[in-house]
Amino acid sequence: MTSAATPTRWTRPPLIRNAWLRWGLYLGLLIYLIAAASTLDVNWQRVLDGLGNSWRVIGGFFTPDFTTRSRDIWQGMVESLTMTVTSTVAGCLVSIPIGLGAARNIAPLPVYAVCRSIIAISRAFQEIIVAILFVAMFGFGPFAGFLTLSFATIGFMAKLLAEDIEDIDEAQAEAIRATGASWWQVINYGIQPQVMPRLIGLSLYRLDINFRESAVIGIVGAGGIGATLNTAMQRYDYDTAGAILIMIIAVVLAAEYISSHLRKWVQ
Amino acid sequence: MPVTRLDHRNLWQRRTPLTQWAIWLGWLALAVLFVFSWQVMNKNTIWLFVEDAPRQAADLLSRAWPPRWSYLDKLWGPLWDTINIATLGTVLGIVLATPIAFLAARNTTPSAALLRPVALLIIVSSRSINSLIWALLLVAIIGPGLLAGIIAIALRSIGFIGKLLYEAIEEIDGTQVEAVRSTGASSWQVMDYAVWPQIAPAFAGISVFRWDINIRESTILGLVGAGGIGLQLQSSLSRLAWAEVTVIFIVILATVVLSEWVSARVRAAII
Amino acid sequence: MLRVSSLSKRYKTGDEALRGVSFDLPAGQVVALIGPSGSGKSTLIRCINRLVKPTGGSIEFNGTDLTRLGGRGLRRARRHMGMIFQEYALVERLTVMENVLSGRLGYVPFWRSFLRRFPRADLDKAFALLERVGLSDQVDKRASALSGGQRQRVGIARALEQDPELLLVDEPTASLDPKTARQIMRLIREVCRERGLPAIVTLHDVPLAKTFADRIIGLRAGEIVFDGEPGALDTAMLSEIYGEEDWTQIHADDEAEAAHDDAQLREERMAGLT
Repeated sequence: MTSAATPTRWTRPPLIRNAWLRWGLYLGLLIYLIAAASTLDVNWQRVLDGLGNSWRVIGGFFTPDFTTRSRDIWQGMVESLTMTVTSTVAGCLVSIPIGLGAARNIAPLPVYAVCRSIIAISRAFQEIIVAILFVAMFGFGPFAGFLTLSFATIGFMAKLLAEDIEDIDEAQAEAIRATGASWWQVINYGIQPQVMPRLIGLSLYRLDINFRESAVIGIVGAGGIGATLNTAMQRYDYDTAGAILIMIIAVVLAAEYISSHLRKWVQ
Repeated sequence: MPVTRLDHRNLWQRRTPLTQWAIWLGWLALAVLFVFSWQVMNKNTIWLFVEDAPRQAADLLSRAWPPRWSYLDKLWGPLWDTINIATLGTVLGIVLATPIAFLAARNTTPSAALLRPVALLIIVSSRSINSLIWALLLVAIIGPGLLAGIIAIALRSIGFIGKLLYEAIEEIDGTQVEAVRSTGASSWQVMDYAVWPQIAPAFAGISVFRWDINIRESTILGLVGAGGIGLQLQSSLSRLAWAEVTVIFIVILATVVLSEWVSARVRAAII
Repeated sequence: MLRVSSLSKRYKTGDEALRGVSFDLPAGQVVALIGPSGSGKSTLIRCINRLVKPTGGSIEFNGTDLTRLGGRGLRRARRHMGMIFQEYALVERLTVMENVLSGRLGYVPFWRSFLRRFPRADLDKAFALLERVGLSDQVDKRASALSGGQRQRVGIARALEQDPELLLVDEPTASLDPKTARQIMRLIREVCRERGLPAIVTLHDVPLAKTFADRIIGLRAGEIVFDGEPGALDTAMLSEIYGEEDWTQIHADDEAEAAHDDAQLREERMAGLT
């Protein structure tokens, strides 16, 4: 294509080349947004009234009350923290064999299928939904919460561990296998060194997540600070609620800070 | 020094004795912490209930199965609401998170001393509070309904999208920025021509990823009154209508699997 | 045209990259800037269009002192200086045409550049330049889809799209194979001849500099140690520039120093992106 007919117009090539498809997508998006917005059905009067009162809720953040219900807050916090620790440890321990089984390059097909379905089930259900079931079976309290968080941890950790193992440098495992090592020795020498640092990093990350989740599963009765928060909200005790939220943010911040340092130290 | 000499022979150990001890001590501390936490946590646990769990589970199952499929007809409306909460909430979250991400990124923030810490604080607060808690607060402020759900999802998404996006902004290639700046471009033109093209794929991927997570989260917001299929779940649970609960769970599962598939496909197409 | 007088630059870390550099550049002259890694070549070039802020001295360009400019005035001055980069520095995810048109950013208002609605004359010029560098059939390709030599041609077209009165060229051939390097250098010299453009080209390949430059400036540790015709650059002079040792060898120290220098440059670059 030489200068015989130098083009004089230029427009940026569109993201989707086919014009019909492009305009169809735009139109579809517009129709969806209108349809979705029209079902919103907001009671603006209620919203305005609520916004008028919102200073009471937001004010709770600025006048947090740690003392009146300090016993409840303390107990909720202890439950949340202990739940976090136990469920992270238990969940990580269980997720190691499942993760090994879910890695296609080291596990036989039947084991792979079973482990992958465990992971899929654990990941598909929200923690809250799992908590509802466990509370129905094991009764109210942090034990149900512990089971919920452990279950969620298994899906999270095992999936990432399995993907890590599938991504490892085959040559290293190959070299170990070539020395005549057994399956366990291959795992120990060829795979563990490659995935261990990340595994520890991930479990620290999961510790953060578990604490955050422990703050909500209390809403359906599985113990922890969430139960205290829910009670405070139902009593319109926004000062206590504000105090609890501030504590949650503080613990999450501290946990993130500590875990980032620990991760650096481990790696 | 892992190699030591003893009786004229080289002794090899993987680690020095000191690091080895430190590592063992670390594991021991973890075990002690676990046992201690376990005991504190289960102080009030009634083990009778726990032993009873298999019987409870069997009982639950017998009441939950077969699912009451006729209930499905009542679920389409709430399901539509749930998807709307997730989608509109994600859109609102993106709109709010994008400027915050630019304020938080070290290389684009207009003021590293003042605005950057504020943006980071917003991101951290949003991230540490679960969308269910945001919904709890919003229902208290603006009343129950879809709007509370949408805003709750949006507020939670700010932290997630903001954090990933500002990390993407900090990782852009400085020479491309420098090249556009050297043509005499204004700051906004540099954003448009050098920064934005580099983060666009990450932006799209993060948004779709968060939408997928939001679908999952919006299914339960109804438990605290913020609309969607969770409202139905709450009413079935309070009536102990476990056969209906089963139907709801199946619907939620199908939606989540479908949205995860869509999000994976879209992300694969972008990258 | 361009007068640099006793220019100096000290980085925050205390390293002095330039100490009292002075030279004049008449119109139409191609100057090669040579010197070991870390001698301040890149810093000097970036001081001229103020991607790096000098700490002392002055740079007079067409009668205005660039070191005193800021904001709009600086952008106005920058648009008359085209810059060509070592690693091409194209915006990888934009098309070839967008990359070339980005040379007009200093001239058009934001809305035009945002909607990609550039004036007709800018488009004509861009098409003509792409034709000139032999890329008229790659207009709508993404920059990331081109080869190294092709990318550098886009980089040249982008610089010329600015209607520059001065070209600043930073190691244009460092990431190219020897043959492409010569083609690119020849192209740069040709366009300078065609337009009577002065150019400052940093090069670490001495034979290439001798072949293509009208004049050579040798820098060592931030000071000019040689300024003259390519013919006057003999082995003794090269030893003076590159150190007493055999200058054909690569020194590990220099590499480390260069990496250090790069890190400082990058910091400044990122700091300026607001």
